[in-house]
Amino acid sequence: MSEISPALRLARTNKLIAKYDKESKTIFGFWVYLMTDCVLFASLFATFAVLRHNTFGGPTAADLFSLPYVLAETLALLTSSFTCGLAVLSAQQRHKNRVVFWFAVTFLLGATFLALEINEFHKFVAMGDSWRRSGFLSSYFTLVGTHGLHITIGLLWMAVMVAFVIKRGITDGTLKRIRMLSLFWHFLDVVWIFIFTIVYLFGVIKV
Amino acid sequence: MGKPKKWWFWIIVLVAAAVISIGYLSTVNIPILQPKGIIADKEFRLLVAVVLIMCIVVVPVFIMLGYIVWKYRDSNHSPKQYTPDVSGNRKLEGLWWLIPSIIIAVLSVITWNASYALNPYKPIPSRNRTLPVEVIALDWKWLFIYPTKGIASVNDLRIPVNTPVHFYLTSDTVMNSFWIPQLSGQIYDMPGMQTQLFVMADQPGDYKGWSANISGIGFASMMFNVHASSSGQFNLWVNKTKYISPKLNLAAYNRLAKPSMYVKPQYYSSPEPNLFYRTITKYMFPAGKGMNR
Amino acid sequence: MMHVFANFWLGKLNLQALPPNAIQWFGALLMISVPIGLAVFLTVTKRWKWLYKEWLTTQDPKKIGVMYIIVAVAMLLRGAADVALIKTQQSISVGHSMGILSSSHFQQIVTAHGTIMIFFVAMGLMFGLFNLIVPLQIGARDVAFPFLNATSFWLFFSGMVLVNLSLILGDFAATGWLAYPPLSELRYSPTVGVDYWIWSLEIAGVGSLLSGINFLVTILKMRVKGMNLMKMPMFCWSVLGSTLLIAFAFPILTVCLTLLALDRDIGTHFFTAGGGGNMMMYVNLIWAWGHPEVYILVLPAFGVYSEVVATFSRKRLFGYTSMVWAIMAIVLLSFIVWLHHFFTMGAGSDVNAFFGIMTMIIAIPTGVKIFNWLFTMYRGKIRLESPMLWFIGFVVLFTIGGMAGVMMAVPPIDFQLHNSLFLIAHFHMMIVGGVLFADFAAITYWFPKIFGFRLNERLGRIAFWCWLIGFLLSFIPLYILGFMGATRRLDHYAAGLGWQQLFIVSAIGAAVIGIGVGVQILQLVYSYFSRRNNLDLSGDPWDGRSLEWSTPSPVPFYNFAKTPHVTERDAFWVAKRHNLKDTRPYEDIEIPKNTPLAMIIAAGALAFGFAVVWHIWWLAVIGLLTSVVSLIVRSMDEHTERIIKAEEIERLDKLYSGGLSR
Repeated sequence: MSEISPALRLARTNKLIAKYDKESKTIFGFWVYLMTDCVLFASLFATFAVLRHNTFGGPTAADLFSLPYVLAETLALLTSSFTCGLAVLSAQQRHKNRVVFWFAVTFLLGATFLALEINEFHKFVAMGDSWRRSGFLSSYFTLVGTHGLHITIGLLWMAVMVAFVIKRGITDGTLKRIRMLSLFWHFLDVVWIFIFTIVYLFGVIKV
Repeated sequence: MGKPKKWWFWIIVLVAAAVISIGYLSTVNIPILQPKGIIADKEFRLLVAVVLIMCIVVVPVFIMLGYIVWKYRDSNHSPKQYTPDVSGNRKLEGLWWLIPSIIIAVLSVITWNASYALNPYKPIPSRNRTLPVEVIALDWKWLFIYPTKGIASVNDLRIPVNTPVHFYLTSDTVMNSFWIPQLSGQIYDMPGMQTQLFVMADQPGDYKGWSANISGIGFASMMFNVHASSSGQFNLWVNKTKYISPKLNLAAYNRLAKPSMYVKPQYYSSPEPNLFYRTITKYMFPAGKGMNR
Repeated sequence: MMHVFANFWLGKLNLQALPPNAIQWFGALLMISVPIGLAVFLTVTKRWKWLYKEWLTTQDPKKIGVMYIIVAVAMLLRGAADVALIKTQQSISVGHSMGILSSSHFQQIVTAHGTIMIFFVAMGLMFGLFNLIVPLQIGARDVAFPFLNATSFWLFFSGMVLVNLSLILGDFAATGWLAYPPLSELRYSPTVGVDYWIWSLEIAGVGSLLSGINFLVTILKMRVKGMNLMKMPMFCWSVLGSTLLIAFAFPILTVCLTLLALDRDIGTHFFTAGGGGNMMMYVNLIWAWGHPEVYILVLPAFGVYSEVVATFSRKRLFGYTSMVWAIMAIVLLSFIVWLHHFFTMGAGSDVNAFFGIMTMIIAIPTGVKIFNWLFTMYRGKIRLESPMLWFIGFVVLFTIGGMAGVMMAVPPIDFQLHNSLFLIAHFHMMIVGGVLFADFAAITYWFPKIFGFRLNERLGRIAFWCWLIGFLLSFIPLYILGFMGATRRLDHYAAGLGWQQLFIVSAIGAAVIGIGVGVQILQLVYSYFSRRNNLDLSGDPWDGRSLEWSTPSPVPFYNFAKTPHVTERDAFWVAKRHNLKDTRPYEDIEIPKNTPLAMIIAAGALAFGFAVVWHIWWLAVIGLLTSVVSLIVRSMDEHTERIIKAEEIERLDKLYSGGLSR
């Protein structure tokens, strides 16, 4: 120890702190981004709340939505959030294969959710109840569709992430990225719970 | 900082500019400062009151700005007065949180009361019976329907003096804002919706009104005449219009509603019943549904 | 067959998209000749490689800041050209004369003027200053996310290009700068104008949002050791307030624009008249962004004034803590006042009164700031150099404009002044007097720091007086015209109204401002060629207070050779007084490598925006793929930084602070 000059020691400590700072600022920045995304969804929810009764002679929420179907979607997504959490746990233990496995499961569940949603959209459009029909349907398709778009981006990200893990293994860099991806995925889960409650439950059940 | 002579020169220039401006302005018509209706009059008085109250803060700010910049300028520096390390003073800072707060509190009370007193939807009490007028903003002209008189006019609003007028407003095109500065403030007219406005002219005369919200290429042409006259003259005009003008049936309305600019005043008799409400409801329900409600 | 083919490849684009008349051809040719001229210049002087290496691919916030300011100044000239046309039209289009512009063209110019001045001038100058000054003031070597920062700039640039493309192909929105529906819906605005407006703001807006996040994190996470929040320079506090507002407000703009685009492109009914749409919702959404936007612009301006006043009075800023509270109060309040932009929509008395009172309450923290500035000067040693002149001009204009603002906060008074030229005069006093004057003060103040030489003071003063006198001459008549009932965006008015004289006075005022702009350009050119006489050798030309003045001018790429040492406010001023010397050793420094990917992502966004405007779907797909793939490529790259060794830093530091500048 004695041969290390104080200057060098200082430099090393600073480097360690710098590394920690860099990671914490990325995660913090991602939180801030998620907050802005929250505002984005809040605006869409507000839009939906204003337009939900503007059916312009078209179908109402109660006419369209089937709760069991949406429940299936919800279960797929909630489970995927759980498996995503398992992937992060495995990443922290640096189990490369488990990470890949759990992300694959998460991906499948997410894709199932997306497929169910697209199918539902397709059904409505085929019945003539597309976003062109009324203000209510415009806001419904846009709110739920924006969430779906986020899910799509999440799936794309997950695919890239898995490729990344397979190629590079679990480094500090990948771990940071995995953490952000999981934050994103859980966030979408939370948003979905609001959609489920406000759009579907309040729409179908007369309170 | 120049010699005293230079300052005199600028003061003379400023005074001269002020005299010329005031002289000029006293010769022109400034509607908002010369109201001819009781609502516009109250709005004008409110404006003056608010300006005077704000001067309590604004005038000292200007005096302080001039004084401080002059007194503590670099070339006038006296080391005795220089206090580079003063970074605040709780009492002083408290003072200028407090004084503006008090002024804003006073203004808030005024605002609250005025918002209720001058709510455009609030009827104007009067001995004379209120005259209802339905206003439809079109591309790019104004249609005035007098439902109780059985007539309608385009770009020419005639009202009896000292009689409250109750406007019901909508638009059969984009959003417009209905404004007769000498009689009252403005209100938006939006398709599929109805807004309201009460005015009362207290002097006979010819005024101008227009749209204050951009509405497409003919926006600038949406000026209309307002003629306030005695109720006798008004009734004369109503009877004449009823007698000699063409009918405003749906076909005539649809022709009128086509885009046109700088439209000369036109007059109609027996407007289509419920034309105003049909104009609103046609944006509220799909075609064919709800028209007959 | 031909038709289908053309439709696929060109979408709605055809020969009719070219300008319809001489004036518009002139504008288009001007727009084309600027980039062509630049390209020729670069080729002749063989500077392409230099441009690419030093600027286009850079991640250095100082260079990005300079690029922001160059773009913003170019757009200021564009906006000023718009003013010239507007003022000419309004001076002569009276009675039987219809002036030089068609109504549609006039309205496009008015819309472009507002859009460009807010989004590409005021925002551009502001982000430029963030980039140049914030890292330096907090003792950092970079922003939190350098690549994101470059991407933000290039997105801003893409938005700017898209706005200006509308001069060449198609038209621009003729709806006013906030494009209220139903006028901005397809039914009433069938051309591509509104689409250009939507997509340029959408792209630039995403850039702004990302920048906001970036600087928020930079300020919260990258401050040098010892600088806690309450020791930050006031400019950084104001930027913190501004970025908080950006983070909360810009997503609303994104949503609002997207919904309008959906209405126009796929037939939804958000804001349509009929179909179950609600146009009032648009007005609420756009102002829920729009009002905070005003404070996004003006808070950093307040920050600039706080720096300038303290430095040029050679005194500590008076009332630091209450300044911070004032900023945060404004941040909060600015989200609960948006309805004052439409008191005339028929809301109830209680709603109107509530929003009116909230609006007035903002005057309290603003007033506090003005008193604090005044008392910063009190018993100081005031140097009346041009940054200080801009400040004094600001106080005069902002106080008058603020008074007009409080008047309009009273709903019944607003019924009479809403959408009139009185309102126009009010907000120009706030945005020009408040924001633009601050930008000019800031540019004069920090210019030597960035370029190593001062701007010519004499020309700066002349420019200031042209601006101040021209501004009063131009906008006092508008206050009176407002009282006369003149509304905004009028391309023609009747002769009998007696408005023409005042419009002409206003046009003369605008011309005087134009002379001021000319003098400013002259000032730049003259100062550049005579720079040997105004070199800043000390790095501290104004006897500054904060950390940026502790490093040599122009600032070396690593900002600080050694991370600065901070124990209290005005760190550099304190260090100078106590003659503190830093004896710590040099360290290795990490610098982000250059990369063209930021530019490529934005180019993809530009292609996407242009394609969606014209419905050229294949190009939209390509644009989107370009952006996404670039983003993935970037995220896979783990070697984005290079290390500069301590010895190298030591060598450069000696060079910069010693020999180089001489």
